[in-house]
Amino acid sequence: MPKDHGIGASQKRREDVRFLTGAGQYTDDINVHGQAYVCFLRSDVAHGRINKVDTAEAEAMPGVVRIFTGADFEGVGGLPCGWQVTDRFGQPMKEPAHPVLARGKVRHVGDPIAAVVADSLEEARNAAEAIVLDIEELPAAVNMKAALEAGAPRVHDDLSDNLCYDWGFVEDNRDAVDAAIKAAAHVTTLELVNQRLVANPMEPRVAVGDFNRATGDSTLYTTSQNPHVIRLLMGAFVLGIPEHKLRVVAPDVGGGFGSKIFHYAEEAFCTFAAKAINRPVKWTSSRAEAFLSDAQGRDHVTKIELALDKDNNFTAIRTSTLANMGAYLSTFASSVPTWLHGTLMAGNYKTPLIYVNVKAVFTNTVPVDAYRGAGRPEATFQLERVIDKAARELGVDPIALRRQNFITQFPYATPVAVEYDTGNYVATMDRLEEIADLSGFAARRKASEAKGMLRGLGVNCYIEACGIAPSNLVGQLGARAGLYDAATVRVNATGSISVMVGAHSHGQGHETVFPQVIAEMLGIDESMVEIVHGDSSKIPFGMGTYGSRSLAVCGSAMVRATEKIINKSKKIAAHMMEAAEADIELKDGKFSVAGTDKSVAWGDVTLAAYVPHNYPLEDIEPGLEETAFYDPSNFTYPSGAYACEVEVDPGTGKVTIEKFAAVDDFGNVVNPMIVEGQVHGGIGQGIGQALLENCVYDENGQLLSASFMDYAMPRASDVPFYQVDHSCATPCTHNPLGVKGCGEAGAIGSPPSVVNAVIDALQSGGHNVTHIDMPVSPHRVWQAMNG
Amino acid sequence: MVDVTMKVNGKTVTKSVKGNMLMTEFLREELRLTGTHVGCDTSQCGACVIHVNGNAVKACTMFAGECAGAEVTTIEGMANKDGSLNVIQQAFQDHHGLQCGFCTPGMVMSASALLKENPKPSEAEIRHYLEGNICRCTGYHNIVKAILAASGQDVSAIAAE
Ligand code: FES
Ligand code: FES
Repeated sequence: MPKDHGIGASQKRREDVRFLTGAGQYTDDINVHGQAYVCFLRSDVAHGRINKVDTAEAEAMPGVVRIFTGADFEGVGGLPCGWQVTDRFGQPMKEPAHPVLARGKVRHVGDPIAAVVADSLEEARNAAEAIVLDIEELPAAVNMKAALEAGAPRVHDDLSDNLCYDWGFVEDNRDAVDAAIKAAAHVTTLELVNQRLVANPMEPRVAVGDFNRATGDSTLYTTSQNPHVIRLLMGAFVLGIPEHKLRVVAPDVGGGFGSKIFHYAEEAFCTFAAKAINRPVKWTSSRAEAFLSDAQGRDHVTKIELALDKDNNFTAIRTSTLANMGAYLSTFASSVPTWLHGTLMAGNYKTPLIYVNVKAVFTNTVPVDAYRGAGRPEATFQLERVIDKAARELGVDPIALRRQNFITQFPYATPVAVEYDTGNYVATMDRLEEIADLSGFAARRKASEAKGMLRGLGVNCYIEACGIAPSNLVGQLGARAGLYDAATVRVNATGSISVMVGAHSHGQGHETVFPQVIAEMLGIDESMVEIVHGDSSKIPFGMGTYGSRSLAVCGSAMVRATEKIINKSKKIAAHMMEAAEADIELKDGKFSVAGTDKSVAWGDVTLAAYVPHNYPLEDIEPGLEETAFYDPSNFTYPSGAYACEVEVDPGTGKVTIEKFAAVDDFGNVVNPMIVEGQVHGGIGQGIGQALLENCVYDENGQLLSASFMDYAMPRASDVPFYQVDHSCATPCTHNPLGVKGCGEAGAIGSPPSVVNAVIDALQSGGHNVTHIDMPVSPHRVWQAMNG
Repeated sequence: MVDVTMKVNGKTVTKSVKGNMLMTEFLREELRLTGTHVGCDTSQCGACVIHVNGNAVKACTMFAGECAGAEVTTIEGMANKDGSLNVIQQAFQDHHGLQCGFCTPGMVMSASALLKENPKPSEAEIRHYLEGNICRCTGYHNIVKAILAASGQDVSAIAAE
């Protein structure tokens, strides 16, 4: 019987009822009385000198309240970057200013130049059109390689060039890796592009700023994955508002996938402007604006070399990557191609020597930052593609080559600075072979061929580092924040519980999952527990949700706080029953004295805490509320093995995904239904990257894929049903729930297997194609076949 | 300004609005029915799907005035009379057919139009019908499964337990 209660139960989501009836409260559903609307005038050139912004005519237009330009933000801070990367030579990365509204120059199409605040959105738009711009267009740096050449247009005049940093990892291994590659029996080399993507959560960003004249407090309602982080960054670094005068609320948020982690100009603007005009200010992004202003993802160009000895053991890996930062450093941009990428280059394999080089480049494009997986999909893709290529070159089975090199002993310290606590890659691969019926592939290939189709099988493994991460470690690596999380468990007098958590749910179902944990611990019903999140005024603190960290980090804080609650309630129960505290047992919501039939109910104890008539007041305080901050001692390391089968139409190059199977090791699982849903969603995005999505700029820096007509989002007919399995669980050893995180796995694990499958299909048709860059579109496949 | 009268979720409403007001704005701002969402500006995403005289339409591509005299149903009008979830809504909850919930109103409205046209659609027919509804969260697996289940078809054999 599957469980219907507590940890391990596939409970239906309580948040669904409001979403299914149109009662969700998303940021755009919030109107503050008297609000004005803002329209941003954005640059339509990628690079230009601002000679003049003439707002005179626009100011006189009907409904205009005020027009802001860069000059209004003199003395206001720029948007900060939260991670300081140190380069190979010990120097800090270059960190150019990122003004709220452009000053002096515009640096990408979409860079905001002016903001019109008016009584209505229509009036704001009309006035924005009446602003007269004198912008001298400059040659743009768009292609990364060209941007690094001498004489390339400089994105930032005050920097010597467009190189943000040249990072080497592990720098001390550099010579040893070079030597190992020279000495190798075989070296497989692969050059590839991990294309730029647009996160495109279905809810566009929204910001509503409000200022209370009576108290001097500012409030920002925003579509954020981490309201406290926004409060800290915007309050401390941009606008100079202390935390106690600033409230940030992120209500229901319609998906994030990383793009709603960052602190954006529009948030700072609305908060600033609301105070300046003493009136609430609302901005709602259009989809077109989202394409031009949401931080984008990926955009790496990589060369990877895999060295093997004569027995096909991996001996060394060397990579060199150009990583696009776009025009400015977005909040966590610098960490993605470095610490979130280089540390994962060992994958699931024992390769003794690894060296990763990354050059981060400024270009006249929209800033790039974390998108689902953030660095880990890029690492996984190169590694799992190069292994496949090596297997082909050596004439060995790609699964056997992987198995031969698997890490099998845990804990395992990689040569790239991390220590995997648990995993069982052999079992995971065994399970994949079983559920994906790999032994039946040959017959399925025959059947496809009989229809005139080519069929291919692609397999890959992945490892990721989640639950980011020990604060003291990330501090050494350059993070300008701690990465713990916090929870307050407030037990009310009648026994119901409010839990204030620092994690933020924008699709993950925390309101359902977190109560399952508390219900399990206390033996009470989930319906007695409610989760409060997304409002900095209600929650002690929180680092938010990204990096598959909510349950592993914030959930652990919640467990710790609940343990404190249990300890205190046992003291109260012991007093009530005149027994020794050590004899008190809590089971099924009842405290009993071991070896007796004496017991008191959960509700009796909680009531006593608030009506302390018969209460050990000399030992403990009344009330029942506890807070815990949890700082993990290590990352968690989910891993898995994925298999994809495709059919390729040799006449058109069209790729159809026929089968997709995913076996993941997430450690313990609290709600299997939700975990599977997370994997489905990740796979959908991974298939999107592999086959469809591409964010393209022309040589002048114009974004060519700026709408859903040009940017191919995966639709229902592009994907199959997925087989997912998480039965090979090796619990995390260092957090109280033994959980590892599941939010990004699908997006990390799926692109290589899709591309490996396409290459396999083409090879089976006699085409000597060794690589096709993503998206593997019909055009590219056809060219590769007929090239 | 023009006076526009229509029946929304069974209630007759009249509002004086600008001639160029989109139906999404009419519903969201004039009637404060914020369940109809706006996810794009090119009529691609389907977050705004409503029923006008029983047909599924994208509210972002209609003027409010075009719905004058019509019977309009939005996501707020889909639950059973007693307020419980209707068969499609319930299937979405039972099969985890939603995550962030932003595409969900449009998905439910489209699914309901599909099942009216085709009470027992195949998997392929469902996927094809949802061409105009984008979901970024679910990878569509559980949406398709929920619609199959809502149409009374057995989904127990569908992959993933
Ligand atoms: S908002 Fe109507 S289709 Fe996107
Ligand atoms: S549930 Fe989030 S877009 Fe579909």
